Amino acid sequence: MSKTITILGGKDKTGRPEPIDSLQIESGQIYSIVGFTGSGKSQLISDIEQMAQRDTITERKILINGQSPDYSTRYDPDVKIVAHLSQNMNFTLEMGVKDFLHLHGECRGIKKSDSLIGEVMEYANTLAGEPVREDDILTSLSGGQSRALMIADIATISNSPIILIDEVENAGIDRRKAMDLLAGKGKIVLLVTHDPLLALMGDRRIVMQNGGMNQILTLTDEERKAEYLLEGFTEKILTAQNRIRCGESLSVEDLIYIQEESLC
Amino acid sequence: MRKPKVIIVAGPPACGKTSVMIHSIKCLQRLGIKTAVSKIDCLATEDDQRYAGIDVPVIVGLSGDICPDHYFVVNLEEMITWAGGEDADLLIVETAGLCHRCAPGIDKALSVCVIDSHSSIKIPEKVGPVLTTADIVIIVKGDSISQAEREVFRSRIRRINPNADIVEANGITGAGSEHVAKLLLDRKDATDLIGARLRHPMPTAVCSYCMGEMRVGTKFQQGAVYKMDFPCGKGGGERLCQKQ
Ligand SMILES: Nc1ncnc2c1ncn2[C@@H]1O[C@H](COP(=O)(O)OP(=O)(O)O)[C@@H](O)[C@H]1O
Ligand SMILES: [Mg+2]
Repeated sequence: MSKTITILGGKDKTGRPEPIDSLQIESGQIYSIVGFTGSGKSQLISDIEQMAQRDTITERKILINGQSPDYSTRYDPDVKIVAHLSQNMNFTLEMGVKDFLHLHGECRGIKKSDSLIGEVMEYANTLAGEPVREDDILTSLSGGQSRALMIADIATISNSPIILIDEVENAGIDRRKAMDLLAGKGKIVLLVTHDPLLALMGDRRIVMQNGGMNQILTLTDEERKAEYLLEGFTEKILTAQNRIRCGESLSVEDLIYIQEESLC
Repeated sequence: MRKPKVIIVAGPPACGKTSVMIHSIKCLQRLGIKTAVSKIDCLATEDDQRYAGIDVPVIVGLSGDICPDHYFVVNLEEMITWAGGEDADLLIVETAGLCHRCAPGIDKALSVCVIDSHSSIKIPEKVGPVLTTADIVIIVKGDSISQAEREVFRSRIRRINPNADIVEANGITGAGSEHVAKLLLDRKDATDLIGARLRHPMPTAVCSYCMGEMRVGTKFQQGAVYKMDFPCGKGGGERLCQKQ
């Protein structure tokens, strides 16, 4: 189910044409979307989710495989090709994980979902810090477990080719693995984020400004190194967090980062 | 005089009907469509001010002691005349719908049900005929629920109302309102509702308390009085005991 999406530019908040007037994204690509609060990141996501046809506030137009989506692609929730994951999404049903996944599989028209459920559980457990069990109740899962299960479900049962992620940071999951899982399954991933490490997980990033797509940057080799360093910083912060949780004192030593070592 | 197309918007109290309608009306305004709104509630409402804030002619009906859905049907003809006088293309009637027993829908008029995915996700069936008889079902507040649960929720709604258009909309950001506006324009065009029929009968209101009785106790009750069933010998169980 390979797809491309094309975003044809519209207008920024002052009504001027946005600097990027056309952008094509292919299966397996990860794009991050960055910019200040209010710069239009969520609006861009929403335009893609709705497959805007010059009928939203930005007047953008979205093409799927080079064409305007037909009515059912755009509106029929049952054939919807976009899945959405955002910061404030939660599970609300008081139901066991496995029972729920069965139910979800059923409404996606999947007859024998047992092996698929096994796959979801496996993915969820490679992403989450704490194990997720089949008989855990959805509403009692921690933030990290929920997020991991949602991503695993989106990757397998929902099986939408386009995945939009809005500010899912600090969720206590292995974000690198999550991105690899999604991109590896040939998904198009668009990721809104303020976190530099997540921003660098994109092959390219869209810089938003004043409601418009202002620039497209491609990840440079220099940035790949920077990513490596950032990962080191993050690790230090996690170490500090753990020490403090365990009731230990922090030393400056713990937080010094030796650059040469990690740069090889 | 103009005959506006009538759209009836119902759904559980405080589920977000007004917010989603305001966004959709703004889309209609961009398309040059003129909308008038009639808001039916029981005791008080401030929604009229929210509608007036986007420059829509609005009228309020407060039903007081009477069921708001009864009150709505009784006044429908006059509301249409009023909206025609306001030169409106569309008349949106937003009604309170409280007990879920009935639905204000009318066969020839477009019927919209707004439901809150948080409060309805477990048992959409509980929303009752207002959901099962709707032409358009708008799901709101879905943005904080997992994708998977939203899919399950939609498929349950699909099962109990196979023919409705189901839309997800966000009353805060307005996402989805373009689609709602398009459906409001495209679906069904009723110009004359006199003689049209309700989609679902309204509850009968003929017990003593409907007529103003204040005293509690069986001996004060007349008319259509329905008693609950209790296990034999407990509560008012005589009826069940006689059956056995
Ligand atoms: N091109 C645009 N034209 C007009 N309004 C816009 C445009 N892009 C975004 N907006 C509006 O600006 C507000 C902030 O945008 P939002 O996408 O929420 O920002 P962010 O997610 O970057 O914080 C929203 O109300 C949005 O609808
Ligand atoms: Mg945002």
